[in-house]
Amino acid sequence: MWPRLGEGGRRRERDGSLSPLEDVMADGYILRDPRALVGALLEAGWRVIAPLERDGSLTPEVVSAPDELPCGLVDMQAPGAYRLQQQDSGRWFDAVVGAQGWKRWLHPAERRLWTARRDADGFSIAPAAEVWPPTVFFGVRPCDLAAIARQAEVFRQAGDPAYGERLAATRIVAVNCTRVAETCFCASMGTGPGVSAVVDVALTELEQGLLVDCGTANGAALLRGMDLATAAPADIAAARAAVEAAARDQIRAMPPDIADRLQRASESPRWQEIAARCLHCANCTLVCPTCFCTDVTDRSDLAGDHAERWQRWDSCFSPEFSYLHGGAVRRSVAARYRQWITHKLSTWHDQFGTSGCTGCGRCITWCPVGIDLVAEARAFAEEEA
Amino acid sequence: MERPRIAIWKFASCDGCQLALLDCEDDLLALAGVIRIAHFPEASSRTEEGPYDISFVEGSITTEEDVRRIQEIRAASAVLVAIGACATAGGIQALRNTMDLGDLSAAVYPEPGWLDVLATSTPIADHVTVDAELRGCPVSKVQLVEFIAATLAGRTPDLPDVSQCVECKRAGSICVMVAAGIPCLGPVTRAGCGNLCPRIGRGCYGCFGPVTGANCAALTAQLRGLGLDEAAIGALYRSFNAGAAAFATEAKADV
Repeated sequence: MWPRLGEGGRRRERDGSLSPLEDVMADGYILRDPRALVGALLEAGWRVIAPLERDGSLTPEVVSAPDELPCGLVDMQAPGAYRLQQQDSGRWFDAVVGAQGWKRWLHPAERRLWTARRDADGFSIAPAAEVWPPTVFFGVRPCDLAAIARQAEVFRQAGDPAYGERLAATRIVAVNCTRVAETCFCASMGTGPGVSAVVDVALTELEQGLLVDCGTANGAALLRGMDLATAAPADIAAARAAVEAAARDQIRAMPPDIADRLQRASESPRWQEIAARCLHCANCTLVCPTCFCTDVTDRSDLAGDHAERWQRWDSCFSPEFSYLHGGAVRRSVAARYRQWITHKLSTWHDQFGTSGCTGCGRCITWCPVGIDLVAEARAFAEEEA
Repeated sequence: MERPRIAIWKFASCDGCQLALLDCEDDLLALAGVIRIAHFPEASSRTEEGPYDISFVEGSITTEEDVRRIQEIRAASAVLVAIGACATAGGIQALRNTMDLGDLSAAVYPEPGWLDVLATSTPIADHVTVDAELRGCPVSKVQLVEFIAATLAGRTPDLPDVSQCVECKRAGSICVMVAAGIPCLGPVTRAGCGNLCPRIGRGCYGCFGPVTGANCAALTAQLRGLGLDEAAIGALYRSFNAGAAAFATEAKADV
């Protein structure tokens, strides 16, 4: 829950080992302006990707200049509605998560797997090469940090190294949430609003600037050379209090027994009732930061000399998704909604050891008809109680 | 290998889908190298007799003569592909299907007695077996070339039956309905246009027609919530795919 402060001046690396003492910084610094850090990272040659304002939402995009970081934005989120408002608060991180998370970078929407060319001896296949420059994700929220870890586990188990390779070449500057949207429920999922995992750098926005907490040697390397004031104990206490308040501010909470409850709900009439409202448009799955399903399609040119295999985001809400010989397995929308929510909140535990939900609330906000995952889960929980 | 012989046919339509084929600038030379255009009056006055390997049919059936002609085309074609909203759903002219033809023709023409048309505008598949349909008003030239390339290669063409929302999310377009309150038919419309409208901040107007199983009633409820009245909602569904079953049913429910 808390900004990770401590470990006697040494830091836990991702593999759990303690970092060398000389590579780390003492606890707690104050950064007056996040643009200074972004500028230093750009100067050092990092590709910096941060949530920028695009078409009325925040989208992680490549930053070309520190001034592109949005300031004073606040997001109003509700089932089926999202609005960004510009205020003159001078605060940098009051708007939480936008429609598109970090998934679009780590697990691209469309990806060429290989290319084949016809030649004199038949044909040859070349795997797609990818260029992933040294990258910093700047402004990752705790729910999304958890989502990245969960997707990484999915692809690790699937034996697809691409996700892990991108992540290994990526440093993370996280931001603890000190303001929440109406749709946030990370506190009930145990993923936020403060970072609980080891992260390279975590920032917490205070009145006097940003509290900087460095969690790894890699994080220390990002901060090296920055002119940072040492944080006072009061700053650290204020950061903890702000994150604590953000947890209390959350009006949605996932029922704690939902994983067990859904196991016993497969024949509930509620699935039909939800299906009547559900557009099966797939938005919830595509904005979900842990949904990972893909489709594979082959493309060939007119001359038949060149073929490509592409992987692209798919969704369990599309009728074709479960198509096997003779037809789709899950023909009704009720069956497809049940599949999604049951996997997300229940069988994900069996498969990957955690919930598939991190409480980011995107599926609630970006459902065009505002179907509320938490409300539906509560209805199932209360149905039995 | 002998190049497959292609024919392009027109029924009640605006010619826009045929033009989409001529619009395939970058692929035209490659196309000419792999297919033989045997019948395409819009492009060439030289026409060859059938049979044809692939017939692309634009337009809807609106006259007795159309009914007879589409049978002949079907008989002369190994593969018949309906292209565009007119050929796959009856087109904008299917608006007349729910109105009185006499009133309409009297309102439009000074001498309506000269007209010899059917009371309805119907898609090609209502009259003959159709092997494939390319949606859109007009069709996507990417899908046209994809269909031809796939057919030549003997693979299934990539024409996914998913909502426009899927195309938005893959393209990184922000939902105009959620983020700006703009009415959008994307959730009930089939993808394939290339995300043309939402990516420039406009709502989808459904030119690719309904996705399989489209839940228009649920979308209508949300459109009411956005402040649209029944006439505005009906008008959204009653456009180029007004004759498509899911849209026609929903328009009837709300107008």
